[in-house]
This record gives sequence, C-alpha cells and structure tokens, in this order.
Amino acid sequence: MQAGLAGDAAAYRRLLEALTPVLRARARRGFQRAGLPPAEAEDVVQEALLAIHLKRHSWDSARPLGPWLAAILRHKLVDALRRRPAAAHVPIDDLLEILPAEAPPEPVRGHELDRLLAQLGARQRDIVQALTVEGLSAREAAQRLRMSEGAVRVALHRALKTLALLTGRQAA
Amino acid sequence: MNTTELINALVQDQAAPRWRLPAALRIGLAAGAVPAALAVLLWLGPRAGLLALLPTAPLLLKFATTLGLALCALALTLRLARPDGTPGAWPWGLATVALLLAGGVALELALAPAAEWGARLRGQNALACLILVPLLALPPLAGLLLALRQGAPRRPGLSGTLAGLAAGGVAAALYALHCVDDSPLFLAMWYGLGIGFTGLLGGLAGRIWLRW
Repeated sequence: MQAGLAGDAAAYRRLLEALTPVLRARARRGFQRAGLPPAEAEDVVQEALLAIHLKRHSWDSARPLGPWLAAILRHKLVDALRRRPAAAHVPIDDLLEILPAEAPPEPVRGHELDRLLAQLGARQRDIVQALTVEGLSAREAAQRLRMSEGAVRVALHRALKTLALLTGRQAA
Repeated sequence: MNTTELINALVQDQAAPRWRLPAALRIGLAAGAVPAALAVLLWLGPRAGLLALLPTAPLLLKFATTLGLALCALALTLRLARPDGTPGAWPWGLATVALLLAGGVALELALAPAAEWGARLRGQNALACLILVPLLALPPLAGLLLALRQGAPRRPGLSGTLAGLAAGGVAAALYALHCVDDSPLFLAMWYGLGIGFTGLLGGLAGRIWLRW
C-alpha cells in the first residue's frame, strides 16, 4: 500500500489484486448472512475497491491496514444491504443448504458500475470503458481518443469520483 | 465490467492524494470564523466593558465551555474522519465540559435567590442568542464540511453533528463577546439550544454531503 501511495503502479496493482479475494470472501459472507445470493456480492467488492482507491489517503500508515480495509468493506456492505428491497429479510436458510456453495468462475462480473456508467458524460464513459473493459493503458487510450495522456488521467479521476458519488447516493 | 478490469482503471489513476485533513479542517474552521468574528465585532459590536469583565467567573465559564466544546468536537471530527478511526479519550473532554457547565448552573442556583432564577434564565435577549449563534455558525460549519469531504467517516451523520458542535462552539464564543447575559442558566439554556441546533443541522448536512 505504501508503494501504491508513492505511485508505484505495479505494486499497487499487485496489492489490489491480492486484496480482491479477501474482500470478495467477506462480501459473500455478508450477503449469505443477509439471505442474499452470494454471487451478487461482486458489486460490493467493486464499490469497496473504488472506495479503497479514492480514499487511500485516509489510511494512517502507522496503523495496520486490515482494520481500515475491514471498515471500508463493512461500510459498503451495509450500504448495499440497505438499498436492497425488503425481500432480503425472507429467511431462506433451508434453500442455502441446497444451493451449490462453490465460488462462481473468474472473472467475476459486477453490474452496478456498468449501470452507473450510463450516467457519466460521453467522454468520461469512453475513457472508463477503454481503461476497463478494453484493458488499455492511459497512454493507449489517449492515442485512441486523440487526447493528451494527462487529460485522460484527469478525466479518469473525475469519472471514478463521480461513480463513487453515484454509488453513495443510491444508498441514501 | 469484471473486477480485474476495474483494477486496471484504478491503477491508471495515479493522482496520489495525501492526508491533509488536519490542516484542511483548521483552515475551513478559521476561514468560516473570520466572517463570523467580523459580524460580531463590526455589526453587533462588543459589549460595553468587555475587557474589564473578561477575567470574571461568568465570562470565563462562557469561554471555557464554548471553546472547550469546540476543541473536543473538532478533535473527534478529525479522529472519526478515517474509516477505522476511534474516539480516543476525547469523549471524556466533552464530559468535562458538560460537568463544568453543570457545576456553574449548580453554583448559580445555590447563590441566587429562587425568585430571580426565572429572570436570569430569560436574560435580556434570549431570542437573539438563539438565532444568532446558529447563524454565526453557518460559515465555520460550511468550511468544516467542505474540508471533511476528503475524509471517509464511518458514520457521516455523526461526523456532521460533531462538525456542527465545533462550529456552534466557536460561534457561541464569538457571540459571547457581544452578549450581556452572563448567568450560567442563560448559557446552558440558550447557548445550549443554539449550539444544539447547529449540531442537528450539521448532522443532517453530513448525512447528505459526507457520504462516500
């Protein structure tokens, strides 16, 4: 995390990739406990990653990372469960025993962010899509969209912030 | 999109933020306190004989409680602005302020004849206090909330309330430069209500603006 904060992109990627399964396991456990299908917890994982990224400066490097991560995941999990319809409270304990328990295959897909992407401006949406679904780097995206690399990064940062705000607003 | 795709985008966003909240909160509060202070000094005007009265017990109590509340609420706001933040020993500070105020009220009730309690509680201008304290608190509250948006408070409503109490405490201390009602009864009732209202406002605003 410290390397990530210092701008080491490779280390930062390794960190986020290492965190993802941990976040996923916790999010699924949370969904299971609330009587929801664990496979739908991926949106929480993605929202938590987005929050971890945008709020990474709120981690005090003198303190352990675990509690900070856990607090963010819990925050996002509570938001997600709160915006679910009341059907979430129907007890389906019996069902759970029948349902297959194994994890769904990778790559794991979320739907919430795709839906919220539609609310962004066309330019920002193109940039986010190029960097996510198409897997381009900022430089490649800049060439494709005929923008400077810096402009792509600025637009990306704004887009991520807007997405995070939109996820928060839904929980209200 | 799938999660590895999201990570790809996050890694590209390298704007490295730093934790500047302590400074941002102080600047937000100070920037908001300036217009409030100017309003008290230039528009309301300081009370007559302020300097001579400053070292007397009722004024000391006023400033100790309002500024003490502001200090503790500000420190708590800062600590709880991190997702894994803990309040530490600061709630004890709030308790000390409350105890101090309760002591002042008890002393006033013991020393003043019962027939005068009502008059002292009502003071000369309770309504002005009730309205002006929240009004003066608006700029510092706005400054604090603006700064707090860089934070990630686990409970946005609570953090907003604390910011409201901090702004209310500062506003009340400034208003005390003008106000001529010195009884601890008046302080507890009307300053308390004014600050409480500011806290309520901060809590509502926090639920909306401090969400992340």
